[in-house]
Amino acid sequence: MKKEVAIIGVGQTAFVRGYEGSIRELAFDAYKEAMLDAGLTAKEIDASIICSAPEYDKQRSPSGTIVEYLGLNPKPTFYIETICSSSSSGLRVAYSLVKSGLHELVLVLGFQKMSEISSADSQERMGRGSDIMWEAPFGTMMPAYYAMHARAHFQRYGTTEEDLALIRVKAATYGMINKKAVYQKGVTLEQVLTSDMIASPLKRFDCCANADGASCLIVANQERAKALSKKPVWIIGLGAATAPINMSGRESLTGLSCAREAAKEAYQMAGVTPQDIDVAEVHDCFTIAEMMAYEDLGFAGPGEGKDLIRGKETYIGGKIPVNVDGGLLSKGHPIGATGGSQIRTIVLQLRGEAGEMQVKAPEIGLIHNIGGVGLYGNVTILGRD
Amino acid sequence: MGFEKFGIVSFTSQTKATPFIDHLERGVLAGTKCKGCGTFYFPPRPDCYHCLSSDVEWREITGKGKLISYSTLIYAPTGFEADLPYTIALVEFDNKVKVFGRLSKEVKDEEIKIGMELKYSVVKLPNDRITYEFKKA
Repeated sequence: MKKEVAIIGVGQTAFVRGYEGSIRELAFDAYKEAMLDAGLTAKEIDASIICSAPEYDKQRSPSGTIVEYLGLNPKPTFYIETICSSSSSGLRVAYSLVKSGLHELVLVLGFQKMSEISSADSQERMGRGSDIMWEAPFGTMMPAYYAMHARAHFQRYGTTEEDLALIRVKAATYGMINKKAVYQKGVTLEQVLTSDMIASPLKRFDCCANADGASCLIVANQERAKALSKKPVWIIGLGAATAPINMSGRESLTGLSCAREAAKEAYQMAGVTPQDIDVAEVHDCFTIAEMMAYEDLGFAGPGEGKDLIRGKETYIGGKIPVNVDGGLLSKGHPIGATGGSQIRTIVLQLRGEAGEMQVKAPEIGLIHNIGGVGLYGNVTILGRD
Repeated sequence: MGFEKFGIVSFTSQTKATPFIDHLERGVLAGTKCKGCGTFYFPPRPDCYHCLSSDVEWREITGKGKLISYSTLIYAPTGFEADLPYTIALVEFDNKVKVFGRLSKEVKDEEIKIGMELKYSVVKLPNDRITYEFKKA
């Protein structure tokens, strides 16, 4: 296992419906937890990467505001954006800064305060994360795009609405034991299947919850990681890829090519295969997204994702536990904070500090974080010391 | 200017692909073909990423369309509420050219099937707006 760059501190706010504070205060909550976790003070951080999707709040170039509030001046900061995968992209940039030798300790902070705008306005903004010239003028939104993927998957592989509902039931099972989840209630199969239709065949419970939240990761080079941390978690594989923004440019709608490309790159860099992964976080912005992730990541063959969930193989104790923190579906999806939150979950799992959500002695964990409708794919593989 | 007429709500007005609107106004859905290397693009674009030529000609989308996938929206983003419910779709024409758009409300819910044959139809909207939709072939 390559032990060159590690994550030595993680933090996350509770994901909530309406955070009663400003974005800088939201950022501080996650920052404080990560800094205490790593045992660091602001002056030790060499650079920061701030990640969010724009247009949810009025602040332009939020990095400047946030680093001032966190006491990180005069060190440099960068704003990184790949919509829903912003903070995974942030981690990739942090890795590069550290690996290059330019910096020793880099902070990655993702945040989003979605409650500043209405749900319909939020859908309009997310819709504009697709092509504003050729698709948004038809009235597109994220659930509808993923619904098209669900229909295509149903048609080709015989996956059903009930299979998708099983994924939501699993998410809720773990959301109930995650104190930081926005949705901590249980959900039954019948509740999912009878919930309001949003964009056929996806129903309300097939969709993740908008939330406010922030996440924070502290990335260190080998020397600092060994000196500062008793349980460094090493970044052993990174993959990132893109796909055409237009659905016209997609080969098929039964999976996400950017995820397959990113996974291939990450597995290769880490020198591992899908069978080596002990615990995973995947981007379940919609139930169908988790189904496609099973297949795009190689946890199941094409069309066989449904067998994994039917057999409860993605629960704790199954072949490959997935999203045992509630996922985006129950934990919530504050766009810019999501990747960092997923990474934090895997770091805690590998340290053996995941509490009730702990998977038995995992050594290698994977994070799959997607931006837009399969526009940006990010796969990160972490290994225990 | 000119492109602001496209679709139910448009988000951009200036593009070198504005001849697309002129073709739509004549009832034709068109893409671009690169004069340098022959690559066909839909959505249309004035620049070719294969050979870097910016010399293109406009060509109609041809053949019977086949429905790849679709979804009917019950909730809409801001600005589209009045149209609900509506169905977005991806349709494949000749030479695997895929076109994104809406299904016509003439197609009844129970008739919609992946693989069904469709054709495009230009739709003039109020306030001098224009779009296209897919109808049964």
